[in-house]
Amino acid sequence: MLYREAGQYKSNYASDMAVFPLREDRIGLGVMLAIALVAIPFLGNDFFIASVMIPFLVFSLAAIGLNILTGYTGLISLGTAAFMGVGAYSCYKLTTFFPHVNIIVLILVSGLFSAGIGVLFGLPSLRIKGFYLAVATLAAQFFLQWAFVRVPWLFNYNASGAIEVPQRTLFGLPITGAAATAETRYFVCLGLVVVMTWFASNLVHGRLGRSWMAVRDMDIAAELMGIKLLNAKLGAFAVSSYFAGVAGAMMIFFWYGGGEAADVFSIRLSFNILFMVIIGGLGSLIGSFFGAAFLSVLPTALKFGLPALGVPLTGATAEHVTFMLVGALIILFLIVEPHGLARLWQIGKQKLRTWPFPY
Amino acid sequence: MKTSNLMKGAALGALLASAAAIVPAAAQETIYFSNNAYRTGPFSGSGIPIGDGMRDYITMINERDGGVNGVKIVYEECETGYDTKKSIECYEQVKSKTIVYSPWSTGATLAAIPRAHVDKLPILSMAYGLSASADGTNFPWVFIPPLTYWDGASLMVKHMAAELGGLDKLKGKKLGLIHLDAPFGKEPIPVLESLAKKYGFELKLYPVAAADMQNQGSLWLSIRRDRPDFLYNQGWGAMNPTAVKEAVKNNFPISKLVGVWWAGGDDDARAGGPEAKGYKSLNFNAAGQNFPVIQDILKFVVEKGKSTTPKEKVGENLYNRGVYNSMLVVEAIRTAQKLTGKKVINPEDMRRGLESLNVDEARLKEIGMAGFASPVKISCADHSGHHKAYVAEWDGTKWTQKGEWIEPMKDEVRPLIEANAKDYVEKAGNWPKRAESCEKSS
Repeated sequence: MLYREAGQYKSNYASDMAVFPLREDRIGLGVMLAIALVAIPFLGNDFFIASVMIPFLVFSLAAIGLNILTGYTGLISLGTAAFMGVGAYSCYKLTTFFPHVNIIVLILVSGLFSAGIGVLFGLPSLRIKGFYLAVATLAAQFFLQWAFVRVPWLFNYNASGAIEVPQRTLFGLPITGAAATAETRYFVCLGLVVVMTWFASNLVHGRLGRSWMAVRDMDIAAELMGIKLLNAKLGAFAVSSYFAGVAGAMMIFFWYGGGEAADVFSIRLSFNILFMVIIGGLGSLIGSFFGAAFLSVLPTALKFGLPALGVPLTGATAEHVTFMLVGALIILFLIVEPHGLARLWQIGKQKLRTWPFPY
Repeated sequence: MKTSNLMKGAALGALLASAAAIVPAAAQETIYFSNNAYRTGPFSGSGIPIGDGMRDYITMINERDGGVNGVKIVYEECETGYDTKKSIECYEQVKSKTIVYSPWSTGATLAAIPRAHVDKLPILSMAYGLSASADGTNFPWVFIPPLTYWDGASLMVKHMAAELGGLDKLKGKKLGLIHLDAPFGKEPIPVLESLAKKYGFELKLYPVAAADMQNQGSLWLSIRRDRPDFLYNQGWGAMNPTAVKEAVKNNFPISKLVGVWWAGGDDDARAGGPEAKGYKSLNFNAAGQNFPVIQDILKFVVEKGKSTTPKEKVGENLYNRGVYNSMLVVEAIRTAQKLTGKKVINPEDMRRGLESLNVDEARLKEIGMAGFASPVKISCADHSGHHKAYVAEWDGTKWTQKGEWIEPMKDEVRPLIEANAKDYVEKAGNWPKRAESCEKSS
C-alpha cells in the first residue's frame, strides 16, 4: 500500500537506470543513513558503538570486498584475512614513515598495497577455477600470515611482535589511539564505509561490474564477446583486495587499537567473511551488510544482550548457547533461502509491493 | 469477600515491608571484579582449572570471612575463548564496573594497555603480557607480578648452570627454545640471545606455528639432528602435551626439557605417559592440597557444592595458579582499603593498592599460603618485582618442587625492560606521562 511504484513515471534514461528507481527505496536509504548518523551515536552507549557497530562496519566493508570477487566475478577466495592484514600492516608502516600525513589518507593508500598483493595472488585465477583456485588463495593466506610473524620490519622490530597504534588526529580530534572516543571512531568508520559502498555500487553497475558478471556466468562466452579475462579477473582481485585492505587497516586502527595483528588475520577470519558473503547473499551489496550483521552483531548481542534482558546466562554457558543458536540460525536461513538474506529482503519487498491484494 | 480482600491487603503489605527490608541487604556494599575466562575454545584445557581456582578462592573469601573487611566481592566471568576480539568486547563491557581488568591472554593485555591508561583501569597480568610493562614509571596502570617472561628466560639459564655446575660451564653448550610462533612465544628470545652471547652458549630456535601446535614431527627431526643439551619450552595450550609426547617419542632426555610456567599443567605432563616422569617446568606457586588455604577452599567451597571443580582436581598446578592470582587481587583490595580508609574501593584506589602490594612471609602464613609462593612486593617503579621461582618436576602423577626458590637475573633483565618500555612509549606517541603520585611506603 505504502510501498509501490504506481504513479512514478520515468521520463528519462537516467531515472530509468537508477540504482534505486523507487522513491520509497530512496526514502528508506535516507532513513537508514539518518539512523546510522544520528540515532546510533546519540542513543547508543559506548559498548554498543565500540563493540557492536564498529565491528559491523569493518566486517561489512570486508564482506563487500569478498563479494566483488566471489559474488560478482565467481572466484572463490580464502585469503581475505591475509589481504586485510596487508592493509593493516602497510597502514602501520606508512604512518611510521609519514606521521604527519592524515591517517584516513594513509588507510586509503594502504588499500593499494593490498590490491597489489591481491593481483599477484590472483594470477593463478587465469588458469584455474573453483576449488582449485580456493586452494591457491589459501596459499596467500598461509604465506602472508607467516610473513606477518616472521618479518620483524613489518612490526617495527617491537619486542612484543605487536602493532602499536599511535594517536592520530583529524581536525584536532584524536581518531586513533586510546584517547579517541568510540563516537569519533564510529563516525570515521561510517564515513569510509558509506563512501566506499557508493563507490562499489557504481563499479558493479558500470562496465567493469558487467564484465565481472559476464565472466562469472560463463567465462568462455564472455571472452567471445570481447571481454578480456585478464583485465576482468585481475581487476576483480585488485578491487576486492583494496576493499579488504582498507577494512583490515580500519580493523586494527579504529577497532582493536593495536595488538597481536598476525593472530587476528587468521584463516578463521577468512572463513568468517566467506560465510558472511554466502549467508548475506552472493552478488549483492546489501547482502554484505546483512551477512556482517548476522555473523558479527548477532553473537555479541546474544552474549551480552540476553543477560541484560534478565536471562540468567553468564560466562561459558552464554558462549555455548550463542554458538548453538547462531549455528542453528545459519542452517535455518540456508534451508529457507539458499540465496541468502539479500534474497529474503528482495522477496519481502516484492510481497510488499502487491500487499494487501497479492495476485 | 471483605475479609479476603483485607487478607490480601495485609499479605501485600507484608510483602512490601519484607521487600523494603530486603532492599538494604541487597544494596550491601560490594566490590565488583570481572575476570576473563576461557572455558571454551582450543585453550580451555588450561582455562578451566585457572578459572576454577580464581573463582573458588574468591568464593572462599566471601564464605569464610564474609568478603574483604566485610565487603563481599561480586565475581563474574567474561568468556573470551582466548580470542582477542572477544577479550576486547569483555574489556568494553566491564571497564566501567570492575576494579581491575584481568585479561588472561597476552594478546588481550597488549590491546588493553593503551586503553587502560586512558580509562584509568588497572590491569593485573600475572606473569604474562608485555614484559616491558614491569616499568611502573611508564606503565602506571599495568602490573605484572610476580615475574616476567624475561625473568623466566634468565631462570632457565640459571637452571642450566646449576645442572652443569656453574655459569662458566655453559660455554659451548646448546640450548634449544621451542616456542609458539607468536608474540607470546617469542618473548624470551631477546634475553636468551643476550645471555647466550655473555656466557658463550648457543641458542637454537624451534618455532611452532599456531596451526601446527599438535603437529611437531618435523620440528623434532631438527631437534634430533641438532642435539641440544637443554630445551626450553615457551608453549601454551595443545602445544605443551604434544611437545612432551614428542620428546618421549624421540628419546630426548625428558629431564632436560623445561617448560615456562604456562607449560606446567598437569594435563600437559600427563600426556607423555609414564615416560614423562622428570619433565620440568618453572613455577611460582606450589601444587597440591597440603596448604591451609586449599583446605579452606575444600571445606568452604568444594564440599558445600559451590564449585564446579571435582575434588581431586583441586590443588592441580594451574588450579593453584588461579588461586594465587585471586590472592593477589584480594590482598591488593585489602591494601587499598588500608591506604584509603574506604571500604568500597574504586579502580584508582585499586591501582594504589596494587602498587603498594607487599605480601611478606608473615602475611603468606596468615592467609594459609606459607611455602605456597614466594613473598611478593611491588613498588612504584617496579611493577613486577622479579620474584623468585623454582623448578618443578613431574613425578608421574603430580608436580613436585625440585630444588630451591631461585632469583631471576634482575640486573640482566631490568635494563632491557626499561629500554623496551622507553621504546614502546616513544613509538606510541602522545603516551600519557605518569601523573599518579607514588605512595610514601613504596
